[in-house]
Amino acid sequence: MDLTATTTIRRPASEVYAFWRDLENLPTFMAHLEQVRTTGDRTSHWAAAAPFGTDVEWDAEIIEETPGEKIAWRSTGDADVPNAGTVRFVPAPDGVSTEVHVVIVYDIPGGAVGKAVAKYFGEEPHQQLDDDLRRLKQVLETGEVVRSDGAPWGKRARKEFPQRPAQPLSDAELEKGADA
Amino acid sequence: MRANTWSGRNKVEVRDVPDPKILNNRDAIVRITSTAICGSDLHLVDGYVPTMQDGDILGHEFMGEVIEVGSGVPGEKLRVGDRVVVPFPIACGACAACAAELYSCCENTNPNAGIAEKMFGHPVAGIFGYSHLTGGFAGGQAQYARVPFADVGPLKIESDLTDEQVLFLSDILPTGYMGAEMCDIQSSDVVAVWGAGPVGQFAMDSARVLGAAKVIAIDKEPYRLQMAERAGHIPVNFDEVDVRSTLLELTGGRGPDKCIDAVGLEADHGSAHIAAYDRVKQAVRSETERPHALRQAIMSCRSGGVVSVIGVYGGLLDKFPAGAWMNRSLTLRTGQCHVQRYMKPLLERIERGEIDPTRIITHTLALDEAEQGFNLFKNKQDNCEKVVLKP
Ligand SMILES: [Zn+2]
Ligand SMILES: [Zn+2]
Repeated sequence: MDLTATTTIRRPASEVYAFWRDLENLPTFMAHLEQVRTTGDRTSHWAAAAPFGTDVEWDAEIIEETPGEKIAWRSTGDADVPNAGTVRFVPAPDGVSTEVHVVIVYDIPGGAVGKAVAKYFGEEPHQQLDDDLRRLKQVLETGEVVRSDGAPWGKRARKEFPQRPAQPLSDAELEKGADA
Repeated sequence: MRANTWSGRNKVEVRDVPDPKILNNRDAIVRITSTAICGSDLHLVDGYVPTMQDGDILGHEFMGEVIEVGSGVPGEKLRVGDRVVVPFPIACGACAACAAELYSCCENTNPNAGIAEKMFGHPVAGIFGYSHLTGGFAGGQAQYARVPFADVGPLKIESDLTDEQVLFLSDILPTGYMGAEMCDIQSSDVVAVWGAGPVGQFAMDSARVLGAAKVIAIDKEPYRLQMAERAGHIPVNFDEVDVRSTLLELTGGRGPDKCIDAVGLEADHGSAHIAAYDRVKQAVRSETERPHALRQAIMSCRSGGVVSVIGVYGGLLDKFPAGAWMNRSLTLRTGQCHVQRYMKPLLERIERGEIDPTRIITHTLALDEAEQGFNLFKNKQDNCEKVVLKP
């Protein structure tokens, strides 16, 4: 499955590139990513939450990079869900902003994990990636993922609907957090 | 705290809800001293705007005292104890829309941008108390409110102006003003305003302040027309006279130079058969608007004139007079108000006595009487023009 998405961020390409190149930043805006741990100059270990309590993990390596312009990566070893991606950072015509172009390719496997993951990604995969990039833009332009009372859990996009009512959270709800 | 909430179609209810807390570093918490009921609240309450949920706190016109600020709000911008008016669109101050002063189109403040994008093509800013389509932010008809991007939006009031003099800087005064500003008013202009509700009244006052030769108020409620007349505008009652011929009479046959639609999606005048057509289409949701005012404004405007739309529209309309618009070189301009752009200059106009926002207030009630306030306003009882609530 191929996913593409793009956004324009009002920051210089060098800054957007640097934020993305620190792969440990990715879970701050990508809904399904739980953690990315850097294991070497070009290698990393990724963990994503899948439905029904399934977690998928894989190792990845950067296969191509041009500072300020492009990063390409792919999973290595026997990943549950083999995947690869490219992100390009292109100066926008306004002379101030950066266009971020992302392509992610998933190889949805068979078996129980494959089914779960296909279902997980199958509902609105493009919407998820669009929303991921919207949060990247929020983080880089405003410093944080924007929270509302109806959608207070930041990157938990799959909880976008149904939402909770637009009224403040109780202390108990705040304590329980996104899994309440 | 106590807060006025949506509790189903045409039902509001003041309930006990949790107090707001800081969720983002650039939030502030405001103790609300005055808040108001807006015409667009009626569109939310009666269910014409989708994505309302039982328990949503209403209200997007409010002001009060800052009682807490997040760690990301610089002290020179806002401090505990500051008295502030809060603009209804939530704007980040950093995106391309904000850089162009298009605050109601902020690209970052709507956490439900994906839904808004499906409805509008591109998302719009988050708005307090204005459905989940605009972010699911709790509103200000409450004792307290959380204000995101508190270093960008709220306007500090440092003089001793009363709440009533400055409260409407949050929405309806800048909205009316932007409606007039979009008309590029010349000193020879006759400006016609459809709708003598609160926004219409401020559009009329703004047109005069911007130098219009004559301002015409079009409505059917005698008390609203009298209010406009007392402020120096020319009343036209569409229940009593034919609007088009009256406008031609008042303008030597030219038509108004500039027309402002301050009515929006629930206009209830126009020809009977088109009204019935719109009602049926609106009922089955194949058309979401009843745009009589807009159609009439386009048909009445002089050739080469401007039609400025500040009444709220939510979705789709048809029978749009595209032929009149195109063949007669009309300019159509519109937008949810970019309130942050207008607050300071309008505050200065209030301080200089050029605009008196208090003239439209007819009712002041306690927050707990919000339901009564909604009913008075919705049913235009007791000559109700604008309701201010005191938490
Ligand atoms: Zn309003
Ligand atoms: Zn913005």
